This record gives sequence, structure tokens and C-alpha cells, in this order.
Amino acid sequence: MIRFEDVSVTYEGAAGPTVTGVDFEVPEGELVLLAGPSGVGKSTVLGAVSGLVPHFTGGTLRGRVTVAGRDTRTHQPRELADVVGTVGQDPLAHFVTDTVEDELAYGMESLGLAPAVMRRRVEETLDLLGLAALRGRPIATLSGGQRQRVAIGSVLTPHPQVLVLDEPTSALDPAAAEEVLAVLQRLVHDLGTTILMAEHRLERVIQYADRMVLLPSPGATPLTGTPSEIMAVSPVYPPVIALGRLADWTPLPLTIRDARRQAAPLRARLADSPSRRDSPTPASGPIPAPQQHRFRSRFRRTTPTPAPDHQHLARIHALSLRRDTTQALRHIDLTISKGETIALMGRNGAGKSTLLNTLVGLLAPTTGTVTVGGLTPHRTPPPTLIRQVGLVPQDPRDLLYADTVAAECAAADKDAGATEGTCRALVSELLPDITDDTHPRDLSEGQRLALALAVVLTARPPLLLLDEPTRGLDYAAKARLVSVLRSLAAEGHAIVLATHDVELAAELAHRVVLLAEGEVIADGPMAEIVVSSPSFAPQVTKILAPQHWLTVSEVREALR
Amino acid sequence: MRPGDPGPSCDCDAMRPGEQGPSCDCGPAVAGRAVPRAPRESRSPHDENGTVHSCGQSCRWGGTGGRWGSPRASEVERGGGTPLARVSENRPRPAAAPRTLHPGAWWLWAISLGVAATRTTNPLLLALLLAASGYVVATHRSSAPWARSYTAFVRLALAVVLIRVLFAVALGSPIPGTHTLLTLPEVPLPHWAQGIRLGGRVTAEAVLFAAYDGLKLATLLVCVGAANALASPSRLLKSLPGALYETGVAVVVALTFAPHLIADVRRLRAARRLRGRPDRGLRGLLQVGLPVLEGALERSVALAAAMEARGYGRTAEVPAPVRRTTTALTLGGLLGVCAGTYGLLTAEGGTYGLPVLLAGVLAALAGLRLGGRRSPRTRYRPDPWGAHAWLVTGSGAAVAALLTLASVRDPEALHPGVVPLVAPALPLWPAVAVLLALLPAFVVPREPS
Repeated sequence: MIRFEDVSVTYEGAAGPTVTGVDFEVPEGELVLLAGPSGVGKSTVLGAVSGLVPHFTGGTLRGRVTVAGRDTRTHQPRELADVVGTVGQDPLAHFVTDTVEDELAYGMESLGLAPAVMRRRVEETLDLLGLAALRGRPIATLSGGQRQRVAIGSVLTPHPQVLVLDEPTSALDPAAAEEVLAVLQRLVHDLGTTILMAEHRLERVIQYADRMVLLPSPGATPLTGTPSEIMAVSPVYPPVIALGRLADWTPLPLTIRDARRQAAPLRARLADSPSRRDSPTPASGPIPAPQQHRFRSRFRRTTPTPAPDHQHLARIHALSLRRDTTQALRHIDLTISKGETIALMGRNGAGKSTLLNTLVGLLAPTTGTVTVGGLTPHRTPPPTLIRQVGLVPQDPRDLLYADTVAAECAAADKDAGATEGTCRALVSELLPDITDDTHPRDLSEGQRLALALAVVLTARPPLLLLDEPTRGLDYAAKARLVSVLRSLAAEGHAIVLATHDVELAAELAHRVVLLAEGEVIADGPMAEIVVSSPSFAPQVTKILAPQHWLTVSEVREALR
Repeated sequence: MRPGDPGPSCDCDAMRPGEQGPSCDCGPAVAGRAVPRAPRESRSPHDENGTVHSCGQSCRWGGTGGRWGSPRASEVERGGGTPLARVSENRPRPAAAPRTLHPGAWWLWAISLGVAATRTTNPLLLALLLAASGYVVATHRSSAPWARSYTAFVRLALAVVLIRVLFAVALGSPIPGTHTLLTLPEVPLPHWAQGIRLGGRVTAEAVLFAAYDGLKLATLLVCVGAANALASPSRLLKSLPGALYETGVAVVVALTFAPHLIADVRRLRAARRLRGRPDRGLRGLLQVGLPVLEGALERSVALAAAMEARGYGRTAEVPAPVRRTTTALTLGGLLGVCAGTYGLLTAEGGTYGLPVLLAGVLAALAGLRLGGRRSPRTRYRPDPWGAHAWLVTGSGAAVAALLTLASVRDPEALHPGVVPLVAPALPLWPAVAVLLALLPAFVVPREPS
């Protein structure tokens, strides 16, 4: 269905080709996963299928790409629109119209389908993707998972033979990701659609892949094979594979189910291990008392705020926040202590970002109090506040204004009143091989995050907040982030992460706070909370249940 | 249904309890799934030019009684009367929303009210017009973000009235008045600035006159706001002729660019706080300028790529004679329009002006229609122009016509004098005419929220 024949792509002004020797074929009705570290040209390969590379992006494509027998050299992307449906990383950038129903019809209108056919396919697609209740909704009001489903629906209606998806689940919470993957699974199984998909979060998608194409490093020739063949050699792999490699399981298990079948001997070994955990304890650091969110009562509301405690960096008391007509946060009580790492989890739109924004004073509470280091964030002048609390926003680009790394660092030193070179030293520590004259927009996602982190850390805030830090990061970048954050926590920084990434939370967090509809529904040690939750439990926990293990590194330690 | 369930790949009951939608292969249509790819072999090969009317992909999902239909050609012939379509006809789906009124009707209604507002300065009639249009907006606007623009228009209108009155106070007014409200110190101006006054006596008559005048403009603005709230301009786009559609999309995308840009500026200015810089002030705005523009450019490029990949700008092959005729008609028509307008405006062209103008318009319209052939686009559920649309447009037009008539018949009532100072009276018949504008509130079915 899709055929790459010795394809290499060189962008204009680039020193060398972005991808070379891409030569594989995707047969009809298969789901093929494209994997590899970031910056190896996954998006380029995906773009070549729809013809956007090179017709739209420029550059030179050598070799030949054919889709359903059409050569992309002679067919413009618009002429391939009826065979290839493409959904990019950001579904918002994909929408042309305002409402769900019109968006589903847009592609068909362009192709000139008969009105009766369009009407029927829109209805079918609404049902297929479970969007019927949203049909008249303006797209701006949809949640992340709903948007992703609408984006997929909008390319499905012309009945393409091939779907090309770039990180369809990266921005989604675990439940929404499963929703989207269920749809893809169904398209492959019921309708014989061919899917080529790139995704960093292999743990979510690998069990659905029929085959994998691995781009091991920039410019290297891609490898193709079954997922277990590829996983044996891949530089990027999910925790289930890591555990499999650690325990020398053959064949390598790809799913929790396969792994559990082989895990009995490992469980037995771990049961005798001295560091075995029956009652879960956090990896290190102070242990906050497990505190289940108590039912709101009148008594509770009238309790006077206890005297400020110096162990607590931040204290949120009875915080409620309304935005426009929605109640974003309801009666939240939370304390953050020194050296503690908290994972803030919950579905898209649960209020995680809102909570972080109130901690840095971007939003003022409607009722209740927020104090950070004894200050009220939204009334504190920014230069004072950044010494107490720093936030790395969802898109780190929001923090970066200058056009070189050096200028960015100089500005950060000035903003924070730090001695010259503080920020640059931090950058060199986080990103050893970055030159001064690099433009921040030319950095990869992971590098940009590290630069933003360095800028925030220049002011040495004791409380560090990160909003969705692993979006678009590969496993290597994630591992670097984990080690950086661990050493910061060891220095006494308190860290709050809002994240959908359960594996990251398992690696880092001592404590997890679950939010739902603006309320805290659970607050306690990581191990205790996530073990009981099917969507928030990390893979290692699921494989080794009923024992309580969170990460591969814990298991590795225990086996020594 | 969990992904990865090895069982039946479509579990209707688990997906939507109690409803077996046509998207699921439950029941008789299983046969369609069993032979999903059988018809592919017999499919006509794709046109190498990639033109649209090659056999659609529906073929591959076809099959006897298959859910995903039979080949498109037969679908078109039978008007979508496949087994599936019949199923949905028999069992109307509860979620199916009635389509809303034609957006053009709302715009015509609102513009007519605006025209009516220009015919009078009677504050009571204007207030009645405002109330009537406001009531219709309150009952019929959707919850969509663009419907919120009404508030912005009301604020703008208030500002217009205020500015008009302030000007009258500061610069004086030619209205001779006797009731002095206050006397501002007058700035002596040199003799060449005669006729301009700064400060001086402020009379009640002058202020009132300015307020009436400002209210007229404000009402006009609020009417435009009502049109915006009731039907977004991008819905109007659907009614554009095919030849202009692509230009129209570009214009609408450009229009939505502005709100995105404002949202970006807000977000980035807020982010300045995180760097320890003040988030207010002009400098803050200037510093985020470049990143905002960069972001906007990136987004535009991403959108352009998405549109291209979804078939925007596909063209159908048109025979050369048709292409030439289109060009000739459009160019000739526009020339005719120019010549005709010139003829109408000059004294000696009175005889040929109108016919040439009309001929030009006709030729240009024919050119547009013929030009639409190059675009293979079809329309999804075009808004029908039905009885409701006629009623709404008619009610607006009636208000405009009756007020115009009244302004000719009874100019005193519609333009209450300010010298001598009298309380404006509400003329009965024009007031009843204005109330006709309320008709849409009662006859148009409301959009489900």
C-alpha cells in the first residue's frame, strides 16, 4: 500500500540528508509503528507518504514513494487527499472550520463527493468515533481527546486507504489515549485501513503494531521487522521491554499479559529480595502522611489556617477558582514540603494546569488562600516571586524570547539578579553540547525544555513546577530529565509535575495528587495510589502485581 | 471496549448501550465485513491524473449489504438509498440536530434593522429597535465562542454615544440652545480657525441632539453585532459561489488569525511573569511581538499543510473553450460594470448607463458560475433557504420599509426636535412597525444548546 524505494530526503540548507536509505513496504491493512529517538526524521518519513515532503516543505527527495500505486513525485498532496489521511502532532492546527460536523465534512467537500454520500459518511463517522453527542459543538470547546478524535474523523470521512498519524496520543491522558487507540484498532481490524504511525510513548501503542520501522539514529538506515525483533535491538523501548531485557525473557514480551506469563520466576526472586516492599514506601525523601481527601464539611471550612510551618514551601487552603462559567478548581487543600516531588495527575481538563498557574500567580483564586514561601503569588511582584517559585509551562517556547541561547541566558541572569554566567553554567550542565549562537527555536523539544528549565532555575526557586514536561520527549531525553530533577530534589527543591506520563511519575514522584473535575480525589504516596488504579499504574506495577514495584530501576536494584 | 480485546472487534452494546448504530457491524451486516476486500479487485483503476471522480474508496469498504456502502456511482444514482441510509431513515436518530436558519437571513434581517435605525433619531424608537434585536439575540444566539462578540459590539456602541456627547460638550454644537447646563472656559482661537469653538456654553439642547445622533450610530453597530452573534461570518461562506469559495476560505482563515494572535499575546505576556518581568505595559507587549509573530507564522504553515493534505485547491479539468469563455465573461462583465457606473454618474450617459451596468453584472455572474466548474467542490448540508428564512428576512425588510415610509410621511415624529426642548413622543405606527423585528424570536426554532 505504501512503498518506499531507497528514499533519502535532504532539506534546503541542511548539511546532510535527514533520512537515507528508507526502503520498506507497508502492506494493506497493517498498523506499522515508526519509532526512534527524537530528531531522527520520523516526521519527514510520515510527511513523504502524504506528499507534503517535499512538495510543501521544500528540499530534495531521492528515490520513490508510492501510495496505492500513485507516485508522490507526480502527485501533489491534494491529489493524494483521497487515498491518504494525515493527522499532525497538533490537532488544533489541522482544523479549518468551526464545528465538529463541518470539520468532518470538509475533506469530502474538497474531493467533491455527492451530498447524500457526505451526509451518510458523517453520520457513520460520528458513530464510529463516538462523537455523535458533540456534532454541533464548536471545536474550540472540545477537550484534547475529543479534538484528537475529531481530527482522526475528519480524515476518515473521505475513506482513505492509508492513515498517517504523528504522535496521536502524546498530549492525551491515559484514558483518552486508549479511546483513540481503540478507534485505530477498529479501523485496522474492521475496515482494513493501513496505518503508519509515529509515537514516542511506545508503552501505549506497541501491542497494537503489526510491524515496526525503527530509525535508530539520524541518517541511519531504518530497520524493519516485527515489534519483538525490533525491540531486541532498539535504543528506545518501553518499561515492559526493559524489564524483559533485565530478566532475559525470550521471546521479549510486548504486552503486560505476555510479560505476566513469564514473570512468575522473577516475582519469586523478588519476593526474597531484602528490599522487597509489602507496604509501599517512596523511594527517598520525606514521607508525607497519607491524606485522603476528606469530605468537605462546614466544620472543615471554618477551621482556622494553622500557623505557617517552615517545612512547608507552599500551602493551598480551601482554594476554589472560577473561569468564565466553569468551576475550574473546587475547595483544594494542599501543602508542599521541602525536597518533595509531587505528581499531579488526572484527565485532560481536570484542573492541573490551573492549579500550577495559581501557584505562580498567573491566576487569582476566587476564594481560599494560596501562599508560597509566605507570599501571596498573585499580589507579589514577579521579580520577587521568581525567587520562590518557578514554572516551566507546557510549551517551553513561551518562556524564550531571545534569538540566541547566549542572549537568553544573559536576560535570565538579569531578570533573576543572579551573577553573570549562572544561567549559562546551568545550561552547560543540562545540555553539554549547545553552542552560544544556537537559536532557541532550532533546538529539539528536549533541548528546549532543558533551556527553559535552566532559565527558571537561574533564580534558584525552592519550588519548581513543571507542566506536562515529557510531551514530545523520547526515552533518552526523559531519562536525562529524570536524573536532573532527582538531583534537584536531593538539593532540597520541591518539585510539582503535572503529567499524563505514569512512567515518569513512577520514576520521580514521592507523592501523587489525583485531580478530577477540579477536586482532589486522592493524595498520598505514589505506590499506594497508582497500584490500585488501572489507568495510572505503571507497566512494572501491573506486571509484578501483587508485589509493589514501580520502576525497572527499583527491580534492578533489588536483584543486585 | 478495550483496544486489544481479541474477541469480536465490534461490541455494540459495550459502546453504546441500547443503541445499535449503523457504524457497528452487528447483525445482518456482518456479511459485509466477511468479504471486505472482495470488490477491490473489480475496482476501476485510479485515474492517473488524480482527478476526483476516480472510483472512491467506498469500493473497498463495500460488499453486499456492507455498512460502508456500495460503490459511489450507484450511491449517487440512488440518492444514498443504500441499506444503511434506509436504516437511518426508518429510525431517526435522537442526536440529529435540526439545522439552523440560513445565515444570510439573519444578516439581511440585521442589516434591515440597521437601515431602519438610520431613518430616525427618536430615542424611544431606537431603544425599541435595540430591545427587539437584543431580545432575538438573547433567545437565538448559540453558545459558540463567536456569539460572545455581541457584548463587544454593545460596548463599542456605548463608547460611540459617549464620544459623540463628549465632542458636543468640548467642541460646542451649532444647535442654538437656551438651557445652559454649564459653561466651560473657552479657549480663544486665532481668527483663521473661525467656526471652531473650544469650550464655552454647554446647552441641554446640544447635548441631547448629540445623544440622539450617537444613539442612531450605536443602534446600527448593535445590529451588526446581532448578525455576528446569530450567524458567524464563516457560515455565510458556505453560500458563496464555487468560484469564490477558495478565496473565501482564505479570508475566513485570515479573520480567525486575529483572535488566535490575541490569545497568543495574552499567553506570552502572562509567561513574562514567569521570567520575573512585569506582565503589563507597552514594553512587555513589544517584547512578545516577535515570538507571537513567529508562532502565528508556524501555525499558519501547519494549517496550510493540513489543508493541502485534505484536498484544498483540487481543480477539475475544464476544456479550454470553457476556460476562455469564463475569462472573457468575467473581464467583459467587470468592464461593463465600470462603464455602466461611469455612465450613470455622468450627466450625458443617462441613456446607456443602466443597460450597460446590468449587462456587465449579468456577464460577470455568468463568468463566476462558469468559473465554478473548475472547482470540484460539493456542499455538505447547505443551509436551505426556507419559509423561516423568508419570514426573518421579510420581518427585517418590513421594519426598514415602514420606517422609511414613516420618515417621509411624518418626519417630525421620527426626528423629535430639540429646540424647543420637548420630551420625545412615541409615534404609534412606527413603534408597531419596529415590533415586527421581534417576529424571528417567535417563529424560528431555537438551536439546541
